[in-house]
Amino acid sequence: MATAAVDNDNKNLWGGGVEPMKVSYGKLMMWFFLLSDALSFSGLLITYGTIRYSHDAYNGLIDKFVFSDTYWPVPEKVFTHIPFTHTPFPLVFVGIMTFILIMSSVTMVLAVEAGHRNDKNDVQKWLLWTILGGIAFVGCQAWEWTIFITGSEEGRMLYDGSIFHGANLRANEYGPVPFADLFFFITGFHGTHVTSGIIINIIVFYNTAIGTYEQRGHYEMVEKVGLYWHFVDLVWLFVFTFFYLV
Amino acid sequence: MSHAHHESTPSLHVHPKDPAKIRKVWVTAGILAFVTGIEFICAFTMHRGPFLTSIFVLLTFVKTFYIVGEFMHLKYEAKILIWSIVLPVMFIIWLITALLMEGGYIFVERGMIFN
Repeated sequence: MATAAVDNDNKNLWGGGVEPMKVSYGKLMMWFFLLSDALSFSGLLITYGTIRYSHDAYNGLIDKFVFSDTYWPVPEKVFTHIPFTHTPFPLVFVGIMTFILIMSSVTMVLAVEAGHRNDKNDVQKWLLWTILGGIAFVGCQAWEWTIFITGSEEGRMLYDGSIFHGANLRANEYGPVPFADLFFFITGFHGTHVTSGIIINIIVFYNTAIGTYEQRGHYEMVEKVGLYWHFVDLVWLFVFTFFYLV
Repeated sequence: MSHAHHESTPSLHVHPKDPAKIRKVWVTAGILAFVTGIEFICAFTMHRGPFLTSIFVLLTFVKTFYIVGEFMHLKYEAKILIWSIVLPVMFIIWLITALLMEGGYIFVERGMIFN
């Protein structure tokens, strides 16, 4: 919409009728929504960092590590299970989940790219892969939660002498109470985002299939949900680093 | 299901694929997978401590750059849009740093009070 004549005149640039940031209203608002969403996730991240640093870290040998209330657990000793086996594979399951989400981001980029070319069939194909990737990720997360909540067979003795297996919001076998609380809140908040992303993707897939965007003349809606999907992927990378690796 | 009806709707002109663009997407994906791989290796081979943590943070920012820059296309947007997003995020990063220090302080103080 912007014309060269208006671009040169800064006053007119912000006077209305043109797009000063050279993106459409919808895309711009998606960017600012993502910024505000980044603020809410930062709130959780800040809480996590502050609480973790106000607890003692485990300083002994990694092989001698046992679960205790007195220090923050080492994540690679907590997240060791993968489905269908009892052999410990530290962090492998989250590694797979990360891979799934990155791949679904790639298929989303390809859907956006197909949208630029007005290629309805390709948009449908890649959106469908993205939806499948999202569902696979949420499925893995449900499994991860189940493993975390069920806990080990041995469990751990709490202060009152009882043996506790797994985790809930009030007690857990892995370490201090806030560890499990933060796990549920942070991965749960992220999982909610992925779930709503899947629903939005399904709606956009449906609209593509019935030809809504073809009639509209452009596939910008795919770009907008694409931005959201990449943001959710990005948040997971931060969760992965700060909750599972550090 | 509605492929057969394409002719009746105002059909858009389908442009051909640009192999260079698609290659770039896969290269970016490869970089992301590679960096995650390095993080994995570091997690199992290096001693835990501030040094390893800073490697993780640094590599996460590398991945952020590729996802936001390439996948979300921010690198190619107008300068003013880039700064509208990046500047607030820089303040967030400062807040995180500040509250990590605050957490460490709470830990030290608690030790003094209860021991």
